[in-house]
Amino acid sequence: MIPATPAALAEALAGVGYLADDGLATAGHLALKLGRPLFLEGDAGVGKTAFAQALASATGAHFVRLQCYEGLDAAQALYDWDFPRQILHLRTVEAAAAAAGDRPDTAALEASLYDRRFLIARPLLQALELSPCVLLVDEIDRADDEFEAFLLEILADAAITIPELGRIAATTPPLTVLTSNRTREVHDALKRRCLYHWVEHPSFAQEVAIIRSRLPEVTERLAADVAGAVQRMRQLDLIKAPGVAEAIDWTSALAALGAREIDPDLAAATLGAVLKYREDAERVKTAQPWRSG
Amino acid sequence: MSSDLTSVLVGFARTLRNAGVHATGERVEAMVAAVDALDVSRPQDAYWAGRLTLCGEPDDLPVYDAAFAAYFGGRAPSPPAASVPAKRRAVALFAQADPNGSGGEQAGDDLAVAASTAEVLRHRDLGVLSAAERDEVRRLVALLAPATAARPGRRHRPARGGTVDPPRTVRRMLRQLGEPARLARRERRDKPRRLVLLLDVSGSMAPYADALLRFSHAAVRRRPTLTEAFTLGTRLTRVTRALRHRDPDGALRAAGEAIPDWHGGTRLADSLKAFLDRWGQRGTARGAVVVLFSDGWERGDPALLAAQMARLSRLAHRVVWVNPHRGKPGYEPLVAGMAAALPYLDDFVAGHSLAALEELVRVISRS
Repeated sequence: MIPATPAALAEALAGVGYLADDGLATAGHLALKLGRPLFLEGDAGVGKTAFAQALASATGAHFVRLQCYEGLDAAQALYDWDFPRQILHLRTVEAAAAAAGDRPDTAALEASLYDRRFLIARPLLQALELSPCVLLVDEIDRADDEFEAFLLEILADAAITIPELGRIAATTPPLTVLTSNRTREVHDALKRRCLYHWVEHPSFAQEVAIIRSRLPEVTERLAADVAGAVQRMRQLDLIKAPGVAEAIDWTSALAALGAREIDPDLAAATLGAVLKYREDAERVKTAQPWRSG
Repeated sequence: MSSDLTSVLVGFARTLRNAGVHATGERVEAMVAAVDALDVSRPQDAYWAGRLTLCGEPDDLPVYDAAFAAYFGGRAPSPPAASVPAKRRAVALFAQADPNGSGGEQAGDDLAVAASTAEVLRHRDLGVLSAAERDEVRRLVALLAPATAARPGRRHRPARGGTVDPPRTVRRMLRQLGEPARLARRERRDKPRRLVLLLDVSGSMAPYADALLRFSHAAVRRRPTLTEAFTLGTRLTRVTRALRHRDPDGALRAAGEAIPDWHGGTRLADSLKAFLDRWGQRGTARGAVVVLFSDGWERGDPALLAAQMARLSRLAHRVVWVNPHRGKPGYEPLVAGMAAALPYLDDFVAGHSLAALEELVRVISRS
């Protein structure tokens, strides 16, 4: 089921706990409607990965994630044959034939070796077989250039050919969401095929709403205090400014310690949930961003 | 869609292209499709339809916003502000690399230069070359091919010796219907390290900027996907893309247009911080060989520079500082910025002459 307008999609996303702003909702809507991949960039922790997951649950699609890394190749991304099981199969057939006292039929045996059940589907093949499906290609900038070219081909055809089995095509092409942290420039050819969206940190009101929807048990006051503190931290020029994910972690840490609003001592003690650098923690402890105004 | 609307959209895309956004054919088609898919009665829908399809990187976004406001706000779009002065700056730069003004007037000097041996030229200070010498040096710099040493990689390749390669061995067995086969072996494949070049383009580095940019061009051309180049001045500019041009002069012209702060002041700590925040920490500097070309003139607090250098040295495999003044007799790293950076350097080299640049190539290739 595809929502008819960006607003309807935003509503459906909100229904599964993801609050998208205008731009992101329009991006998701266009990606669904035009069948184009969506390329998301933004600071770490702004909710790029969560968006793909939410898109899957909001549209009732399967969710497949491919985490990219240096050296990722087709066998790890697409499919691989399960060689040990194939050998085991061979031995079993052989032993059975020997017991029955006849020779195994080699041609049939070989054909049976390349049966679908010996094929290990890796994320890309899974995405083609499950439909409808949201495919998340996470941190594409970590993969090599060759992999980008390969991905481009798969995305264009929404089908692959396995020499021993034949062509496997998706009934509905998967909706692909690519994310990048900009450690390397992704090739223009890939970007050109995608819709591009830069995901910003949420506004104060949005952030409060996100924390509230993820952690319904915390007080409104605590959510607002944390959102305010985190928003002020982002102004502090830190090495790693906190994202939404960190804000949620921090809130649940504070709530776990029984806080109903931000208590400066508790906040200082739980800073590890939101800041990941010693220098940042020191800076924040001096700046005291939990004191509003 | 009406042809009127299409031509409006195409016109908008052209405006955007003139402003420097890579809004090429395929992207324009995508925009037309996007506008069609959305009911663009609301202005923000039109805004997003264009932004999602035409832009490709964060730097495009402010340009897009300005062009959208100008185009659909009814005013004629203003030409890109930086383009003309940047060209002028680049031209000024090339002229400046020759302190005698137009070198052609001094025929006597040129003849003397022609007679000078290549060996003498190799040791001449790049900041004080005549026109003919400069051309010769440019040609020689283009031949330098700096490349980093390899590091052990994660991937394997088939080899005679080394550890057993289970998948390939089992595949071999499969071919013989499960009979034991000769063991296949594999070894680690080495991977080259990334090379990151950071060029200080402030006024005090002007005499060397041309040669160092050409050096960077040679490095980028040698390994386009493994080399990154940035300029530091009052702000950070990525020039890798510009330097990928095949022709050195074309590349330098493109780089000159990209750099908004030629010969301005230096805020070394700030621009280094910008590099580390936006690129370095995310992976560009991680495990890389980072070469910083600067004289270490820092107007700000040296402690800030020291903090950023400490960060850089923790991220990078090696940090090499190239200071043209290092090669001059009697030089002592007394400039505050230089002194602050010294403890964090793996190598401190000169880079003021062709010979010094050759030495730099050797330093870079050391693992």
